[in-house]
Amino acid sequence: MNHTTKLQAHRPTVARSGAATAAPPPARSAKRRITSTQWAAWAFLAPVTVYLALFYAYPLYRNLDLSLRDYTVRSFVQGDAPFTGLANYRKVFADPTFAPALLHTAVFTAVCLVFQYAIGLALAVFFNQHFRLSATLRALFLVPWLLPLIVSASTWSWMLSSESGVVNAALHAVGIGPVNWLTSPSWSLTSVIIANIWIGVPFNLVVLYSGLQSIPASLYEAAAIDGANAWQRFWRVTFPLLRPVSAITLLLGLVYTLKVFDIIWIMTKGGPADSSTTFATWSYHLGFGNLLPAFGPGAAVGNLLVVAALVFGLVYVRVQRKQGLS
Amino acid sequence: MNSSFRQRRLTAAAVTALAVAVSATACSSDSGSSDTKSVGNGTYTIWDPYPQFAKSSDWAKLLDQCGAKAGVKIKRTGFDTSDLGSKTLLAAQQGNSPDVLIVDNPVVSTLAEAGVLTTTDENKLDTSKVDANLLAAGQSGGKTYGTPIGANTLALYYNKAVLKKAGVDIASVKDWKSLTAALAKVKAAGKKGITFSAIGTEEGSFQFLPWFWGAGAKLTALDSSQAVSALSLWKDWLKNGYAPNSVLNNTQTTSWQEFATGDYAFSENGTWQLANAKKAGFEYGVLPIPGATGGNASAPTGGEFVTVPVQKDTGRYTTSQKLETCLTSGDNLYNTDTTLSYVAPTSEVQDKQVAANAELKPWVDAVKAAKGRTSDDLGTRYPKISEQMWKAVQSALSGSKSPTDALSEAQSAAK
Repeated sequence: MNHTTKLQAHRPTVARSGAATAAPPPARSAKRRITSTQWAAWAFLAPVTVYLALFYAYPLYRNLDLSLRDYTVRSFVQGDAPFTGLANYRKVFADPTFAPALLHTAVFTAVCLVFQYAIGLALAVFFNQHFRLSATLRALFLVPWLLPLIVSASTWSWMLSSESGVVNAALHAVGIGPVNWLTSPSWSLTSVIIANIWIGVPFNLVVLYSGLQSIPASLYEAAAIDGANAWQRFWRVTFPLLRPVSAITLLLGLVYTLKVFDIIWIMTKGGPADSSTTFATWSYHLGFGNLLPAFGPGAAVGNLLVVAALVFGLVYVRVQRKQGLS
Repeated sequence: MNSSFRQRRLTAAAVTALAVAVSATACSSDSGSSDTKSVGNGTYTIWDPYPQFAKSSDWAKLLDQCGAKAGVKIKRTGFDTSDLGSKTLLAAQQGNSPDVLIVDNPVVSTLAEAGVLTTTDENKLDTSKVDANLLAAGQSGGKTYGTPIGANTLALYYNKAVLKKAGVDIASVKDWKSLTAALAKVKAAGKKGITFSAIGTEEGSFQFLPWFWGAGAKLTALDSSQAVSALSLWKDWLKNGYAPNSVLNNTQTTSWQEFATGDYAFSENGTWQLANAKKAGFEYGVLPIPGATGGNASAPTGGEFVTVPVQKDTGRYTTSQKLETCLTSGDNLYNTDTTLSYVAPTSEVQDKQVAANAELKPWVDAVKAAKGRTSDDLGTRYPKISEQMWKAVQSALSGSKSPTDALSEAQSAAK
């Protein structure tokens, strides 16, 4: 806690001094002759900037604008929606769906990340042994990643169906009663988490496996000579050296998981009774899930997600900078 | 120091480029929309919710024929029906509306509210022959915003073999009590009772409405005792195992697939399944959905409206009206409704349909008794009410709330 307040206290001064010194240079540079290399630099920059502005900045701006206005279907079409400040955000915070959606988003993201990372790492270490068929098996593990999400989600929803699902049939065979995976409020979130873990493992496996490749074998040999057993070699050599790769894997995983929508929507539609609603499905539901769309609140929820991802991204950048310094 | 200077200059450059790009997009979005319109005055765009029909289908050919008759070329796009409403709103915002839009009937009042659709006064469409109960779904505030291309509604399909095995005489099923008794018998005989769709979307509300209206409840009072009795009926069926738990996630298609296994006695489903029913490989019958204490419950009307969205160039309406009339009159209407497995919206064509296929008789009767979801001048209030209704159904059936609590919460949220 103390740490973060210190950071916050520190940041504004940086920003202020940055702004203060940033303003003069254009004036000064105008006096100087602009060299041809500078023009070239600007020209090289232009395509990327235009692209970013067109496809990133403008949609973001539009989404922000949507969330700050009171859009009805009529004003959406006529384009005369009144500016209402943070009314949409207040509405979203006061909504009875907000607390459960927040909780589900947090649980969904945390549980998925932990399991995806742990399973991915275990498999990566396992496949790093280079046994026969390891390449083939590794390739098989990529299947969930290659399948279109709509296919995997539909397959999961079919397998977990209460009536005709293969999972319940298997449970029945071993003498366990049927579980209403998708239709019981106490199980629906678990079901979508399981499906999402299955989909996310290959990504973790691939990235962590390539991370393992970059750890020199001599370190393991040295550790073995020093008498470290396999367990110690993992915790003292593999894990610490894998930390940068792990950090980026977890960050990317976090961003992917926060915005997971298709799987949940196809499997449960966020239901029953909002029991598997996350911010992503809620945002869609508000904006498009009803005959009478509520674009404003929908955009507000979407923006909350963007902010959450941004916060974690900044945390990552800061942690990395610290690592770079030390 | 030097590098940080350069960085700052780059940032400044980036900001300028961004500003330029943003203003450029602002311009280009305008010119973009006028571009699409200038595809040619001879090309008219039609959007429909029938993506299942390919270019070679009868439907697409009919559109081309109508275009040829009106002397224009047709550019047709088929959308998923649940997307069409928001797609149309977006298009209208960009000034890109199609010339003719065929859209699900409960969406009409929303689009009308948004000012996207022209009234029949503006587009000079003749709706005099259309059944009043069907046309009502496209009317709000005393104005009419289109004409139905066809109608469908819900009824109970039953599997004759399953009922026979359970010893149920279908003639005895007259009200909820006798229906529930029949389900009990079916379950006792080792078969499954009834399947329907209670999914958390508009489909769920659509399927619940016949029971809701059949109990005598009104959409303006979701928490009435009649409404509670309708929801309790469904809840008890699930509790007693007469209906599978999967109804909570069933669309009308997956619910039909369950019925098509041949294990179920009843299925609440629509006119559009008739063609599939013939393929199911068992003998089936159709029964209007009974009201709580007998008689037939009003089912909601399904089916699409042909509408003419507002255009900048009002001169286009004349041709759009010709296209619309071509699609919804006489032989074309008959052919279209046969293709779509719909009941025609005019008695003239309905008679022709029954004459050609006697099986359609119970459906024509059901459509005549049916009621539009946005009727009674509910208009754009319906979507809000409907959302709360399907949520209440989901809460009650999944056991997270009692029917009474779920519906009283729904009523306070729908206000």
